[in-house]
Amino acid sequence: MTALVIMKDIGKSFPGVRALHNAQLELRSGEVHALMGENGAGKSTLMKILAGIYRRDAGEILLDGKPVEINSPRQAQDLGIGIIHQELNLMPHLTAAQNIFIGREPRKAAGLLLDEARLNANAAEIFASMHLKLDPRTPVGGLTIARQQMVEIAKALSYRSRVLIMDEPTAALNDAEIAELFAIIDRLKAEGVGIVYISHKMDELKRIADRVTVMRDSEYIGTVPAAETPVDKIISMMVGRALTEEHPDIPDHATSEVVLEVKHLNRGTVIRDVSLSVRKGEILGFAGLMGAGRTEVARAIFGADRRDSGDIYMHGKKVDIRIPQDAVRAGIGYLSEDRKHFGLATGMDVRNNVVLASLARFTGPGGLLREAAMHDVAARYIDQLAIKTPSDRQEVRLLSGGNQQKIVIAKWLLRDCEVLIFDEPTRGIDVGAKNEIYKLLNALAKQGRAIIVISSELPEVLRLSHRIAVMCEGRLTGILPGGATQEEIMHLATLRGDTANHNKQSKPAKGEAK
Amino acid sequence: MSASASTASVSIGSKFSGAHRLLAFASLIILILVFSLASPNFMQTSNIIAILQATSVNGVLAIAATLVIITGGIDLSVGTLMTFCAVIAGVVLTFWGMPLGLGVLAAIVAGAASGTLSGTFVAKLKIPPFIATLGMMLILKGLSLVISGTRPIYFNGTPGFTQISQGSLIGSVIPGLPIPNGVLILFLVAIATSFILERTILGRFTFALGSNEEAVRLSGVNTDRWKIAVYALSGSICGIAGLLIASRLNSAQPALGQGYELDAIAAVVIGGTSLSGGRGTIIGTLIGALIISVLANGLRILSVAQEWQTVVTGSIIILAVYTDILRRRRL
Repeated sequence: MTALVIMKDIGKSFPGVRALHNAQLELRSGEVHALMGENGAGKSTLMKILAGIYRRDAGEILLDGKPVEINSPRQAQDLGIGIIHQELNLMPHLTAAQNIFIGREPRKAAGLLLDEARLNANAAEIFASMHLKLDPRTPVGGLTIARQQMVEIAKALSYRSRVLIMDEPTAALNDAEIAELFAIIDRLKAEGVGIVYISHKMDELKRIADRVTVMRDSEYIGTVPAAETPVDKIISMMVGRALTEEHPDIPDHATSEVVLEVKHLNRGTVIRDVSLSVRKGEILGFAGLMGAGRTEVARAIFGADRRDSGDIYMHGKKVDIRIPQDAVRAGIGYLSEDRKHFGLATGMDVRNNVVLASLARFTGPGGLLREAAMHDVAARYIDQLAIKTPSDRQEVRLLSGGNQQKIVIAKWLLRDCEVLIFDEPTRGIDVGAKNEIYKLLNALAKQGRAIIVISSELPEVLRLSHRIAVMCEGRLTGILPGGATQEEIMHLATLRGDTANHNKQSKPAKGEAK
Repeated sequence: MSASASTASVSIGSKFSGAHRLLAFASLIILILVFSLASPNFMQTSNIIAILQATSVNGVLAIAATLVIITGGIDLSVGTLMTFCAVIAGVVLTFWGMPLGLGVLAAIVAGAASGTLSGTFVAKLKIPPFIATLGMMLILKGLSLVISGTRPIYFNGTPGFTQISQGSLIGSVIPGLPIPNGVLILFLVAIATSFILERTILGRFTFALGSNEEAVRLSGVNTDRWKIAVYALSGSICGIAGLLIASRLNSAQPALGQGYELDAIAAVVIGGTSLSGGRGTIIGTLIGALIISVLANGLRILSVAQEWQTVVTGSIIILAVYTDILRRRRL
């Protein structure tokens, strides 16, 4: 096969940061080329250079063996290079077809009027080539994330892209949607499109990637064939060392005190009669497919969303939680899956984010803040949780995902919460930092905190949990002991409707370990 | 990067606003240099004092507006609230014949009450700040006219009242420096507000609300209460502005006020406070207000027609915000 794109010795610096140094990539036509590396390794920067969003400082780009200059996204499009960003860039009120051809609408009547019919016909043609059943006249805002992504892909194809860059395309998709996406990727491959695929999920790479290029610390590490290279090898290339997998030794909590108990929680159709409990020192895993209602349960317990009915008990005493403030007062902390929107004030510094939930404690007479005390506490947690930051005055938006997560954890530790609810604690966090978060969760449990971990990654649930609660369509379909298998979890996670009700009677008793 | 982080020991505004402040300050200096070269009258002590005196009302109003804007909100009612507070002072002092201190207190309390109401509309009823304060702007304008019977209320019965703005405490101590009290009050308000913003829990939550309100709420903080507190503080500062303008005119003019909010917001924006919230400084706002007054004064000295002054001010706003965008793009 011939090389479609060659990026040679690419260098790029931002003020004060060397983002890329001697980066390499060779993309063949008709291959899926995975680009891997920890967050901050330089993957996105390299791809933004290819897509014309950034300009390179050094190196050269060859397309079909000929050197090219790519100075703008428009130029990249003209050369047949399309990028699908992690955050989709669609206009929700416009239809799928209008989104695809925005700025290039077919005209009629001497260019004065839009030719809506041809617009829709053109879009339908692209959808057909993707084997995608979608009405081009559907407003994009009403589509699922997966469908919106398909529209983005269609948009990229409408430029006759021969190179397609996908940045973590499956982050928000469920298994069925991922399968649909992969089917489309396969068809594109067959047509000779070269695809650069950025992802953190190892199992996906094994399924679709032909070759893997690994980057670390802004540099090129190596390119290996995907099928023949063991996962451990790729991970050690990414982190620069070998990682040892640890399996949980599950402590016996049967006699520990029940800290949090939830009874008959209901909220519309998203939470249906959920009851559960967590004991001191226990990690309760929360598994289920996307949309099963796990985050909703966590938010309802925390008072972030209203609940229709249901009681919450702390140490056997009923607590009235209506707003997050009540939950925090009762000793419950919630770490959202979306740190940037719900967890951190990213424009503020590390110090202020650590003390955000406990600011009253650092307030003297007249509302005066005791900065020195705040600094001491922030410095202590930076040290204790090994948060990598130049100082406690660094703005948190400049830190990596793993370090941001640790800051949210520090915030709740400082608040001395007995119950910590982690919603997707390692989403967007690279492999090395994931391990650190796991260790931290285990240490917190050992200290006697009751922990709930919501995770969509089954290996993560299995690795961490002492018990596993599984949900499907708003119902708790069962609670499994820690040593459960992936198959058992998937069985409960897909248990729908009446069967779920029936099953719930028997399954919890098994896992509850009364 | 880390050097600036460690030297800024109290400022939690980002580097951007620091840089913008420098830029705004440099523009102010350049303006002053240009005008003093163009006209020998510009640097006269009497003219400098006139500029400062002219800044006092807009400066205090702009400080009030800054607080709300840092939370990510906007306050369109500052101008008519100022007038409303002046009218309230007139009612207490002239209609009821109460002593000066009570009139001052009434104006500030009226401001705080109105701010509390705006804050409640925004925080509790979830009405967007633009709409809530637009409504308040009109309500206050109407109330001022109703209460005053659409006529100005004069303060002739309260001899000390004009001293609030026009007397000179500094001048009586240092005879060579006749700085009017209005200017003194502007700087005192600026220092006090700056202190509250940088050093107290209320200030910290002001920035935090503008930075990410949902994260603050999910940290178990009563965000509604703090937001209402910010609007209340802002309102009481408008009360002070009401006293300043009434004292300068020796009357509460009920028809005045609308339009002042735009000058105030202009000063805030020129001073580098972000309309999307989370960053901003009082010193920046102060410089912004000074730039507007220096421009107006200098252009008048150069005999530029008044109509052209507003054209220049408008251009300055667009230029100021554009330079901010340019610098951020480079980073």
